Amino acid sequence: MSAMTEEVIAAHQLKPDEYERIVQILGREPNLTELGIFSVMWSEHCSYKSSRLHLKKLPTRSRLVLQGPGENAGIIDIGDGWAIAFKIESHNHPSFIEPFQGAATGVGGILRDIFTMGARPIAVMDALRFGRLDDRKTGARNRRILEGVVSGISHYGNCFGVPTVGGETVFESCYDGNPLVNVFALGVFRHDEVFYGRAKGVGNPVIYVGAKTGRDGIHGASMASAEFTEESKQKRPNVQVGDPFLEKLLLEACLEAMHSGAVVGIQDMGAAGLTCSTCEMGSRAGTGVEIDLQYVPQRETGMTPYEIMLSESQERMLLVAEKGREAEVLRIFDKWGLDARVIGVVKDDGMMRVKDHGEVVAEIPNRPLADEAPLYDRPHGVAPYRTAPMEGPAFASRDLKSDLLQLLGSGDICSKRWIWEQYDYLVRSNTLAGPESAEAAIVRIKETGTSVAMSLDGNGRYCYLSPREGARLIVAECCRNLSTVGALPVAATNNLNFGNPERPEIMAQLVEAIEGMAEACEFFETPITGGNVSLYNETLGEAIWPTPVVGIVGLMRTAVPVGIPFRAADRDIVLLGGMGDCDPVRFGGTQYAKVVIDQLWGLPPGLDLAYEKRVQQAVREIVEKSLAESAHDLSLGGLAVALAEATFRGIGAAVELPESALPPELLLFHEGPSRILLSTSDVQQVEDVANTHGVRCVRLGRTVKDGLRIRKGSTTLIDCGAQEMKSTWEAALDRLLQHRDVR
Amino acid sequence: MKFGVVVFPGSNRDHDAWYAVSRTLGQDCELLWHDSESLGNCDVIILPGGFSYGDYLRCGAIAKFSPVMKSVKKFAHDGGLVFGICNGFQILVESGLLPGALLRNRSLKFVCKEVELRVGTADSPFTREASPGSILRVPVAHGDGCYFADERTLDQLEAEDRVAFRYVENPNGSLRDVAGILNEGRNVLGMMPHPEDAVEPLMGSQDGLVIFRSLAGALAGAGK
Repeated sequence: MSAMTEEVIAAHQLKPDEYERIVQILGREPNLTELGIFSVMWSEHCSYKSSRLHLKKLPTRSRLVLQGPGENAGIIDIGDGWAIAFKIESHNHPSFIEPFQGAATGVGGILRDIFTMGARPIAVMDALRFGRLDDRKTGARNRRILEGVVSGISHYGNCFGVPTVGGETVFESCYDGNPLVNVFALGVFRHDEVFYGRAKGVGNPVIYVGAKTGRDGIHGASMASAEFTEESKQKRPNVQVGDPFLEKLLLEACLEAMHSGAVVGIQDMGAAGLTCSTCEMGSRAGTGVEIDLQYVPQRETGMTPYEIMLSESQERMLLVAEKGREAEVLRIFDKWGLDARVIGVVKDDGMMRVKDHGEVVAEIPNRPLADEAPLYDRPHGVAPYRTAPMEGPAFASRDLKSDLLQLLGSGDICSKRWIWEQYDYLVRSNTLAGPESAEAAIVRIKETGTSVAMSLDGNGRYCYLSPREGARLIVAECCRNLSTVGALPVAATNNLNFGNPERPEIMAQLVEAIEGMAEACEFFETPITGGNVSLYNETLGEAIWPTPVVGIVGLMRTAVPVGIPFRAADRDIVLLGGMGDCDPVRFGGTQYAKVVIDQLWGLPPGLDLAYEKRVQQAVREIVEKSLAESAHDLSLGGLAVALAEATFRGIGAAVELPESALPPELLLFHEGPSRILLSTSDVQQVEDVANTHGVRCVRLGRTVKDGLRIRKGSTTLIDCGAQEMKSTWEAALDRLLQHRDVR
Repeated sequence: MKFGVVVFPGSNRDHDAWYAVSRTLGQDCELLWHDSESLGNCDVIILPGGFSYGDYLRCGAIAKFSPVMKSVKKFAHDGGLVFGICNGFQILVESGLLPGALLRNRSLKFVCKEVELRVGTADSPFTREASPGSILRVPVAHGDGCYFADERTLDQLEAEDRVAFRYVENPNGSLRDVAGILNEGRNVLGMMPHPEDAVEPLMGSQDGLVIFRSLAGALAGAGK
């Protein structure tokens, strides 16, 4: 084989020095198949070559972590011999090119990551970000992307039989040409049912199971590692097509095979397909894997070794069985109507050897391929990119009530019922709190007395203003959501969505965000057990805002959860944590600034980590002692929006705000953290708990039969009927989706 | 007394039904594999929710050809109790054990939400412990739940008191708000909503339990 031309190397997105390294590893020039294999394994998507140095700063251990980063998902001990596996992963680029399949296969991919470890998936959540639905130029496309993504998730998750129990949906112009689809999945199993992707045992058979291999998704991993250009619209064939029915069969068959005791190791074929699973399983076990492509079940004829190795066809797994028990494994897959073929064998030479009808077509040492991708310390010694000013405009509200209604009807705050009603959030009958019913989604583990609370949080607005502070805030918010339902946050997964890391001002965003997240996760004792980095989220040179998304899980005793809405009249309303603090600079990233003033400036809300932790301890104790009838964490839209949302079950509130130097706009709508709205019939005890933890607790007023009245001294700031608020909040997304451009 | 839950490839509320029967109701419950004609001497057969065989052709259209359905049909003709939930209801109409058809939801979208059902009749082994006219809160979760039949069939169902449940607020466009129907012998019930997901206070409602209790009562009454 002659030397590769520069064009061929560049087309595989390999830099000249990376190519040099390949030649060094092989001791010769690679052939085209080998070049393709290196290009996917060393792509940003698979190798984390730009972020790995900095990801090392994240805390990854605790007494409960059974498995940290590096495997298909992190594992946490939940007691009584049981464990959970969970992870978040992005499918941003495919979801822009083909929203339905892009999102559907995003769900499929993360589900396989969970059950390949032996865990049965019991919950999914999605963090979705789109461009604005009412934008004159891009609105129609954004609406189409949203509808496609939601039906893709619905199609896949519902059929597979996993409840989609929560998530978040955000609209910002920066996601116009680059939507974010981050899917979180969580599964449950016993400690002794954990499987790893390791090709152990020389002589053991390597078995391919699941869907046949086709030409779909070739180079998906490298596509996800490049910016969008005009040409990428031509890349539709790179997006894979998902089949949730097949995945459901694969789940049941894999779990059954694992329980048979005949399976030694197993890994799904996700990004980089057969290539990735083969070399990673070998590398982790310190063995070699030899396969022959003639045995790989194929959907199309005439596929080259290059195509078979790089295909990203969905719903496939690679497993290593105990020698002599092949037939047993094959029988189980046959029972479920799935293809399963022995395609190779575990060797002792540390090589990934691919043959085609006996002839070697690729031969690469596993370890350098899987684990020794080039590492880049990309320049980041500049200020993180931002153009927003520090000072905002002068503003004064004309009517606080209409400001509140405008916020309730805005995209980020309004009800997402239109979305989540399309998801089966109940299947498996474990859902104690589904979408929009409590601060966090809660799924019980039937086999134990434990439930798992989970929450996803991101805030591109905050992170754009300050990646470091923004990242700390989202971790705090996510932990607060869990604490508000009484759960103790124990571990986290992260999805880092950023632009092109080769630009120092973007790399600086990434580094700052990781460091902020590391600090907060350390502080809240929620180690990051795995996750995903999605870079090159740019279209035509325009980067998205830095958007780290964090998913945190918490543990709690199984009980009927405390919900968001007030439940009865004549109860005391208190704000645990106090009124919070704000100034005009720290107001520039709020929803009020976005929706009412239509500006972005300044800095995100200030956060005192130590105080935040005490507030969370206090609320957990209050909820555990059943002192709260309702509990709602203050976030987007601040106090006024939280109060309004708490009235949606028909019980209102009469609130008297304490003396404050802040103007009413700030007092009502600032987004200072560490605050939780509670209603209680035992205010004294609530205050006692707050005192023990050194936390402020402000009596705001009483629950009433109807409506929301907020007064300060002799002035009525807001007086609004519950129905008006609720219908504005409920109807908004429908209205935005039916938006028609007025010309 | 023994319940059986059929597992088709793609069934996904088989676990929910099994849990409701074995854990909440406390009765013996066996999972029955689609590929076998054996019904394991069960006294009630539950066809659970899900996407049998992927539901790629038409919901329930492939399941009706499965070996287990051959036995279920015979079992039903002999008066055995058969309870189809969601996909199970779709399989029952495809198999001809119940009249009508289930079409795509009027919204053309999957819908998952809690709904209120009005009990249409207490004259069946499935509803004998419910009061006619009473309201049950149970969830729906389906994409193809719009009940359709010709006028004559609908009239006949009503005349023969075979509409077991009606939606108080129709979530899918079903004609005459039909949520669940009985066969002529009143030993086969099909319904779109999921009573098995509403059997404990933790699930937000336990109104669905009345159906399982009714079945247990009917079997106990028959000496099983």
